Amino acid sequence: MLLLAAAVAACSKPPPVVVHPADAPPDRLSDWGVVLADGRALELNAGVTPYELNMPLFSDYALKLRSVWLPTGTAVQYRGAREFEFPVGTILSKTFHYERAGVRHGVPLDVVRADRESMPDDAGRIDLDHRVLIETRLLVRYEDGWRALPYVWNETQDEAFLELAGDVRSIRLNDGSAQEQFVYVVPDVNQCGGCHKPNHTTAEMRPLGPRAWQLNREYRYPGGTRNQLEHWTASGILAGAPESPPEGVRWAVPGDGSTGQRARAYLDANCAHCHNANGPADTSGLDLGIDAPLDRRYGICKPPVAVGRGSGDRPYDIYPGRPDDSILVYRMAHSDPAIAMPELGRSTAHREGVELIREWIAGLAGGC
Amino acid sequence: MASCSGGERPEQQPVASEFQKQLQMQLIKARPGDVITIPEGVHAINRGLSLNVSGVTLRGLGMDKSILSFKDQVQGAEGLLVNASDFTIEDLAIEDTAGDALKINEGRNIVIRRVRTEWTNGPDEENGAYGIYPVQAENVLLEDSVAIGASDAGLYVGQSRNVVVRNNRVEFNVAGIEIENTVHADVHGNVASNNTGGILVFNMPDLPNPGHSTRVFGNEVVGNNTANFGAEGTPVASVPAGSGIVINSNDRVEIFDNVITDNDTANIIISSYFATGYQGTRDMADDYDPYPETIYVYGNTLSGGGSSPDGLDLKALKVAKFGLTGSFPDVLWDGYVNTDKADENGRLLPEFAICVDNGTADVLNVDLGNGSENIVIGDEQHRCTHEKLPAVMLAAPLF
Repeated sequence: MLLLAAAVAACSKPPPVVVHPADAPPDRLSDWGVVLADGRALELNAGVTPYELNMPLFSDYALKLRSVWLPTGTAVQYRGAREFEFPVGTILSKTFHYERAGVRHGVPLDVVRADRESMPDDAGRIDLDHRVLIETRLLVRYEDGWRALPYVWNETQDEAFLELAGDVRSIRLNDGSAQEQFVYVVPDVNQCGGCHKPNHTTAEMRPLGPRAWQLNREYRYPGGTRNQLEHWTASGILAGAPESPPEGVRWAVPGDGSTGQRARAYLDANCAHCHNANGPADTSGLDLGIDAPLDRRYGICKPPVAVGRGSGDRPYDIYPGRPDDSILVYRMAHSDPAIAMPELGRSTAHREGVELIREWIAGLAGGC
Repeated sequence: MASCSGGERPEQQPVASEFQKQLQMQLIKARPGDVITIPEGVHAINRGLSLNVSGVTLRGLGMDKSILSFKDQVQGAEGLLVNASDFTIEDLAIEDTAGDALKINEGRNIVIRRVRTEWTNGPDEENGAYGIYPVQAENVLLEDSVAIGASDAGLYVGQSRNVVVRNNRVEFNVAGIEIENTVHADVHGNVASNNTGGILVFNMPDLPNPGHSTRVFGNEVVGNNTANFGAEGTPVASVPAGSGIVINSNDRVEIFDNVITDNDTANIIISSYFATGYQGTRDMADDYDPYPETIYVYGNTLSGGGSSPDGLDLKALKVAKFGLTGSFPDVLWDGYVNTDKADENGRLLPEFAICVDNGTADVLNVDLGNGSENIVIGDEQHRCTHEKLPAVMLAAPLF
């Protein structure tokens, strides 16, 4: 990794990772030293560990390269199936990018619609001749909590700049002969909290992805493929993981788990940061957490509360056996901001996700 | 709405105005005590705004001068989303948002004053749901504001506690004002006209806390006869056009000293969850009370209502019982009763009774639960009174 990082910044040694003070985040992403790009390739710096989730949040078909970096000598503490405790100084990064499908600087930007993971190549690099970087979001752990910082990549793909107010980008998804144009929205800093404060009462900012069932899977590291939790433990960045950590179903592996397991994992990853018992959407009385009982509070035969146009003329959130009468499916399939769920983080519909939830609801018995 | 149709327009990025970026930065960097000023003008905003810091005031120069226009909004379920306490917003307008105009989620000490929320195209099912929407809030003052064109409720106070809604004007919404699952609300001095329903006091199931103790008084609720343009499946979609004041499934509600006129279905409707049209009761929480109880109607000026009810069943009922030129009585009740709280004749025990002590006003029990087989007009059980509710006292710093 060290050698490869050095190869990216051909003329100089890669800078070290730096944790900047909370009140003085740098304008340039490169100043953090986590994600490095020179217009031809993107790489993670030495000591920065990439990871994947079993069931990622859908973000307009963007591919995401995730990473974790910890200060030397510190480790993440395993505090249970849903809880990792990260040390002060932790930097999590998530780089949103696409595979190119057209000219380099087009407006809209032509990209490939692909519902899959963002695996770097065997050398741990992302080749920027074929891919285009949109934004990198950092979550940094300070003494008083996490801070979110959105950085937007420039046209020459060699630097990303802090945009606290977010940004927009016209993008066109290409899928064979079909195209879909949309406005990609980089969230502003306040909107980061719209998802990353799953307890709306304490309003504590926190990471969402890195949890045991999400990380318990294999990853193709440059040195070989290995289970992520085992790799984290072996490399000293995770302490206290049990021998048999909870398992999750893998989105990118067709048929992994039952339809019900996949559907519930999908709804947890995409909805439960708001739709939990203490979340910003507890006003709806809908709890889509992976451990929530499958009853009326989970949406089964539950009429909506303050749904507005989001009802789509349908009576219940989940109507067993009748996906076309289920509000969940309607809101997932829509991209009008007044109707779409989740409210933040997507401008397009996730066809494959909608299909999964449809299939699951169609197979539920009981009616209402 | 956000889709790009037609090949004639040049391809370009949606552009955020400098004003928008500046306002976003003010909201992001706000500190307690900040006053953020919205200058005069129509300011185009194309994405949802949010505030997460308590103690901030957002102030314009007048609801017809400082206007945030969300006509080309590409993102955000609200115009402005506030996740904070000690928040004051005044003297500005929020227009044409994709979803709700102003939502305040879980805050204390909220003042909304002289704010206008409007969908400028008039009633349309494509309009956003709520104009001004405090939810899970405590100690809320909503006054001198205007809400027009919401496809659900113009002013919607949900799951809140200790609320005063006064001297507002609401028109051409599905519901003018809706108080939902809220404890201790005073709704007074408002003018509700040309909505589908003027003022609603509802309790919905599946929520953490049931509402009770709302006083609706001294309002003008006139001619709320706009056809219902709410989406099916929403609670308000069941409200018939021509509803003045509607109590649904809520308890301890007082309606007094209002002027309620010319609402064509009925000036006052009292109904249960079962009348809302959703049959869904599977797994309904045991502690949810779907019946309206301890209702007290008195001292209102009632006239001209019930002459042309909405919906075939009600129309047929009206013609059958009151003739082509006749009218429903002023108060319509669906007749559902919790038998645990009723006597052997099916009448609510005195403490739970629906009391109408309002001159000549009569109650029409449409006996909905039995297919309207046993319709009763002016039953004795309604000739009663209840102890009056105390006024809502806003706590410091809002009194």
